[in-house]
Amino acid sequence: MKGKTGSFLKGSEFYLLLVIAGLSAVLTFTTENFFSLENLFDVLVSYSFVGILAVGLLVVLISGGIDISFTATATVAQYVMATVITQHGGGWGTAFLLASAIGIALGILNAVLVHHLRVHSIIITIATLNVFYGVLIFVTRGKWIYNFPDWFASGFSLFDFSANDGAVYSLSLPILVLLVVLAMTGFLMNRTSVGRQIYAMGGNMDAARRMGFRLFRLHLFVYGYMGFLAGIAAVVQAQIVQTVAPNSIVGRELEVVAAVVLGGASLAGGMGTLFGTVLGVALIAVMQNGLILLGVSSYWHKVVIGLVILMSVSITAYNRKREERRHAEIDV
Amino acid sequence: MPRLTSEIQKLVDLIVQRRDPSNTYLLGILVALVGIFTLLLPGKFFRIANLESIAFQVPELGILSMAMMITLLSGGLNLAIVATANMAGIAAAAILTHFIPEGASGALPVLVMSVAMLAALSTALLVGLLNGWIIAYLGVSPILSTLGTMTLIEGMNLSLTKGYVISGFPEPILFIGNGLVLGIPTPMLVFAGCAFLVALLLRWTPFGVAVYMMGSSEKATLFSGIHVRKVQLKIYALSSFLCGVAALVMISRFNSAKAGYASSYLLVTILAAVLGGVDPFGGFGKVMGLVLALLILQVISSGLNLLGMSGHLPIAVWGGILIFILFLNQVRAWLGRARV
Repeated sequence: MKGKTGSFLKGSEFYLLLVIAGLSAVLTFTTENFFSLENLFDVLVSYSFVGILAVGLLVVLISGGIDISFTATATVAQYVMATVITQHGGGWGTAFLLASAIGIALGILNAVLVHHLRVHSIIITIATLNVFYGVLIFVTRGKWIYNFPDWFASGFSLFDFSANDGAVYSLSLPILVLLVVLAMTGFLMNRTSVGRQIYAMGGNMDAARRMGFRLFRLHLFVYGYMGFLAGIAAVVQAQIVQTVAPNSIVGRELEVVAAVVLGGASLAGGMGTLFGTVLGVALIAVMQNGLILLGVSSYWHKVVIGLVILMSVSITAYNRKREERRHAEIDV
Repeated sequence: MPRLTSEIQKLVDLIVQRRDPSNTYLLGILVALVGIFTLLLPGKFFRIANLESIAFQVPELGILSMAMMITLLSGGLNLAIVATANMAGIAAAAILTHFIPEGASGALPVLVMSVAMLAALSTALLVGLLNGWIIAYLGVSPILSTLGTMTLIEGMNLSLTKGYVISGFPEPILFIGNGLVLGIPTPMLVFAGCAFLVALLLRWTPFGVAVYMMGSSEKATLFSGIHVRKVQLKIYALSSFLCGVAALVMISRFNSAKAGYASSYLLVTILAAVLGGVDPFGGFGKVMGLVLALLILQVISSGLNLLGMSGHLPIAVWGGILIFILFLNQVRAWLGRARV
């Protein structure tokens, strides 16, 4: 037990938590609205989409791969889902089932290519990103979709409660979905054999193969799960903005990568925790929210986020270097 | 069954040369595509005007792809290329639009134009040195470091220009992007010059050998007495410098500079490099392959454009072709194993 707390205090999650706490404290004193339920719920809703995608990407990174195509997957899933429910009706079940089925199908295609072509997943998924997105734009001619049915516009919520200021808060659809996804992925990665096999595969693929793990099945699962979450995230995003624009998601893939990497996941695979990823997304969310509340022009947000990424990865690399020097050994 | 595979293998050997067949594949695909489009578009595709427009369009993507390729060869990656090019372009544009008085002629405009070009190239070089320093001396992985600088620089471009376009350059600058020298578009000449120099650098200098070696094994390169960090710094400086050159071509072709130009090129440069036979993990790849890949990409997009299918379909086809080439490579590997 003692060892566990010790390693937590040394890990990147602890630093992240400190930074987030510090930032929040500063923002609480310098801005009026940061420390309010309203703001908390606003931030949760607007980052639910990035959060869900980040969780999916985390699983892929742990497995030793990377997926860049998830934005295109989400766009395709969103477009088909929106077309069906605006033209043929349906309910939440239809929306989620349809979007996640398309996500899983495209994810499986990625998995087959990654596994059988034996080329790094970054290349395969850059190619499939362009294929999915290019075909979608060609077929749909880039048209936007509005006029969602009423049930889709109003969403649904649980646990309505009114705060002291009289406003009513509730766990709305985006927040609920985010929580479910977090719980599901946490259980999957930490409590099931599949999850542990994914960690093992990312740590050392050859060793995993010799252990007798079915790597193809694991690949199918990992990329399928990413596609599944991309589909789910697509529904959530459509519900928040109430329009489907084919160009609103593609181009944001590196933003999600940045959040996951800030959370301590390694691009080399085998490392990364759900808690870290949540903190990574939270850091970006708090930072951006704080900049807005402080009235900083939105043009500067990217500058600040870029600086934070650079500082965080530099500190991590520097620490690792120092650690290596301390345990220097000749490894031939 | 084994007989059949060996027959197929013989056929494959006959069609493509056994040694490094990737350029032959690419050349074959290029010829086939040109043939298909010439048949589909009689009198339209194989025409001077169309070939000229191809020659105007290849260089931007081409120079940026070379910037990407150099880092890929060394086992790295430079995600900041487009942001760097835009920053360099904005620097040049700001000088060009602010320091030439109305109706001035003679030495002053020439001086300002040279300063502007120098500013673009040195801005790019500076970004490259920053990237190289973070990667080589702090030990951050290239993908993370350049992701950070990309975000930072994009943000700076946006906040400096507020998202506006800076436009209206003097005539001589526009020549870089739109002029013709002896009937050949100037940007093509710039691209050819860059390609020649980079090929020379990679093939015939100790630096080039070190780049390939690092791509195969950084540790082995270090143990063979090469100053790995210095080489890495140079790689990212050179990569960024090429972005500066691309910036000059880009702003003069558009007669403007903006924070968001060419943002869709970032992933396409990786696609082009890998299509051209560059190993994404480093160590292998030649400039010639990249040039062929770029021609293929441009022929596809021009051909589809003439067929009335513009927009994003070419990009989808590019992705499809890349997967097809990877598939061919895998089939070769399978056949090779079957024969053994």
